[in-house]
Amino acid sequence: MNFIIEILKATIPAGTPLLLGALGEIYVERSGILNLGVEGMMIMGAISAFGITTMTSNVWLGILTSAVVGGGMALVHAFNSITLKTNQTLSGLALTMLGLGLSGLIGKKYVGVPLPNKLHNFPIYGLKNIPFIGPILFDQDPLVYVSYALTFIFWFFLFNTRFGIELRSVGESPEVADSAGIDVSKIQYLAVFIGGVMAGLGGAYLSVVYAPAWIEGMTAGMGWIVLAITIFSLWRPERAIFGSYLFGGIRVLQYKLQPFGISPNLLNMLPFIFTILVLMLAAKEISRKRISAPSSLGIPYFREKLL
Amino acid sequence: MEKLLQMKGITKRFGDITANDRIDFELNKGEIHGLLGENGAGKTTLMNILYGLYTPDEGEIYINGAKVEIKSPHDAIKLGISMVHQNFKLIQSHTVIENVALGLKDTNFFYPNRQIEKEIRTFSEKYNFKIDPNVPVWQLSAGEKQRVEIIKAFCRKARIFILDEPTTMLTPNETRDLFRLLKFLREEGISVILITHKLDEVMNICDRVTVLRGGKKVGTIDIDRVDKDDLARMMFGQDIILKEREEYSISFDEDIVLEVRDLTVFSDKGLPAVKDISFDIHRGEILGIAGVSGNGQRELIEAITGLRKVARGSIKILGEDVTNVGTKEILNKGVAHIPEERMRVGVIPSMSLEENIILRSYDKSPFSNGILLDYSVISEYAKELISRYKISALDEKIPAGTLSGGNIQKLILARELSISPVLIIASHPTQGLDIRSTQQIHELLLRKKEEGCAILLVSEDLQELMDLSDRIAVMFNGTIRGIIDIDRASIEEIGSLMVGV
Ligand SMILES: Nc1ncnc2c1ncn2[C@@H]1O[C@H](COP(=O)(O)OP(=O)(O)OP(=O)(O)O)[C@@H](O)[C@H]1O
Ligand SMILES: [Mg+2]
Repeated sequence: MNFIIEILKATIPAGTPLLLGALGEIYVERSGILNLGVEGMMIMGAISAFGITTMTSNVWLGILTSAVVGGGMALVHAFNSITLKTNQTLSGLALTMLGLGLSGLIGKKYVGVPLPNKLHNFPIYGLKNIPFIGPILFDQDPLVYVSYALTFIFWFFLFNTRFGIELRSVGESPEVADSAGIDVSKIQYLAVFIGGVMAGLGGAYLSVVYAPAWIEGMTAGMGWIVLAITIFSLWRPERAIFGSYLFGGIRVLQYKLQPFGISPNLLNMLPFIFTILVLMLAAKEISRKRISAPSSLGIPYFREKLL
Repeated sequence: MEKLLQMKGITKRFGDITANDRIDFELNKGEIHGLLGENGAGKTTLMNILYGLYTPDEGEIYINGAKVEIKSPHDAIKLGISMVHQNFKLIQSHTVIENVALGLKDTNFFYPNRQIEKEIRTFSEKYNFKIDPNVPVWQLSAGEKQRVEIIKAFCRKARIFILDEPTTMLTPNETRDLFRLLKFLREEGISVILITHKLDEVMNICDRVTVLRGGKKVGTIDIDRVDKDDLARMMFGQDIILKEREEYSISFDEDIVLEVRDLTVFSDKGLPAVKDISFDIHRGEILGIAGVSGNGQRELIEAITGLRKVARGSIKILGEDVTNVGTKEILNKGVAHIPEERMRVGVIPSMSLEENIILRSYDKSPFSNGILLDYSVISEYAKELISRYKISALDEKIPAGTLSGGNIQKLILARELSISPVLIIASHPTQGLDIRSTQQIHELLLRKKEEGCAILLVSEDLQELMDLSDRIAVMFNGTIRGIIDIDRASIEEIGSLMVGV
């Protein structure tokens, strides 16, 4: 029993960077923009948070910086895909490449440096005593609680506000949204920016809370898993929880299984094998429930196009 | 009379086409102004400019005498302009409520749906526009979508309403209710621009009309000073003889082409939409299906054409069982299908006219040798159909989506009727066609009937059904409320069967 609690408790922090990233990407894709730059924005978030925290000894300032850096990178993608209407796939991939390279460069001097200050666990009085789920859910660091709150907020805004209707409409059909008087680019810029902020935060969580350390290329494909989770969650924030913690759990198992002599190479493959499985599952559900990706995902919008 | 709106010298070009050529248009406060013209005359283009969807190449717009810049629909809405679009602007995966809520800036930020649902219900009760607000739009039939498009426009407060062919799929009763609303708005000093091809509607409700032809304005005239023939002459530049059916008699052969037995089909919601329906259509017979849209007509047609699974019962074409055998196989038996939603099901908007024309025969000679397409043959053939069906298009290489609404309809008819069908399934075949093209299509369908085609004709337009059918079946709530021979049918009787009394 304790062993299970221990694993599940470790699962949540392991899944949190994914959850943060996926919540953001869900908004981005709901607006009809595809941003494959998640990996790049995450790793830049990681290094900037680590750098600023090392310099100022203030973890929260580091985390804030990562949000700004992630958001800023996303704006480059927004400019490319919304204003210039270039190919979104290429622009996103470029962002990933850029982030991976740049973070390595900036991070040289931080390799092996210990973080002066880290976020400590902050058990919530009362709630943490609930049997079983108490210690799993409510004996975590503050950023985890923030991620719970954000999941609710992202869900609530998407389905219960005027902004949510506008965001979803833009991604389904910018043409219809436009003719209803919605400023399509404004909504898309906002969504892409939010996506960047969230990816940045996800990266920060890795380097200043989860690890906490700077290791070159430490996101190690997490940005791509975020994209898979986005699909698996059928573009619904509340479902991103399951996907994220599933992958978080796999990561925890990777560590826990190592002592049993299973090849580490095999274990390293686990997340990606699961990615494929999860996408297959999603595909089945998508066709059964007749849900689909936002109809205009990845297609630039021209008002007066000659078709 | 107070001038509310003036459009001066509006010119709009699409490549080599001048869709609007120095058009002046004026609208008074509190008038219903008809905008007429044959297919492709430039009506929708002019209104899209007023609504900010297109920017004019030349020309100016004044409201209450002040010059305005309308750069987007957002600007237009702010100026108090609302529009019912010819090609519905609805989000398929969203519910009716969400579609109406979109763009209503004055609704609550939180939980807008609750407020909108109430508004929709009040509106649909007051004006008899029945619609379930919680259903996703993709589950609705085309006629129901038209109602949503109308509700959406009228839930917005505006001083100018643009209605681009709002009645193509409404029943006479629904049209009457809509017009009642328009008259009410007129009393309130609100102005309406009404685009329609139905001249009776124009005579009935408009105060003035403006006629366009070939992108140019022909004139604006008070309705009291013209009759239908005058309007037709202005629209086409020549006299159009408005023909009427001479005798209401039945004529067809014994042989059964389509045999439907105890057919039950489910709707997208999983409820029975067609319940135990049986009927036959014979060689040379036109069977009309009347009914308020949403009573199972769409599901019936989709079942016959193989687009929807048959739950129970059987469908036979020329004696062969085709229940659930798949669309391609059914169509290859010689079935022509003119679908109710032309933009979604009828054409591939981004593909060229010629490619759309050979959609059903691209894999057969002479268009293909099994591997490669022969584009020179294809384009010759496309050219021939374009001229035979009088589709107004620059050439056969342009994307189908750039055609005017009526010309897209002609394109579908050209493709479907040129396969020498034995059975024609036609939903609203003349929707959006001008009177001249409508007459052509009617003649064409009657000729096909002479040649021995069996035709299933679904329409909300009772006059059209009366003009063409041998027998009329009335659908209500998924069942057939009796099949009436045309020599004994009356519009009144059918109208009351349609609403279930
Ligand atoms: N987006 C576009 N791109 C290219 N050509 C266009 C476009 N929109 C309209 N046209 C062309 O402009 C002309 C006028 O079209 P418009 O849609 O205004 O006609 P309409 O009067 O509304 O006809 P209908 O009664 O058939 O709806 C047509 O020749 C059409 O092919
Ligand atoms: Mg039009």
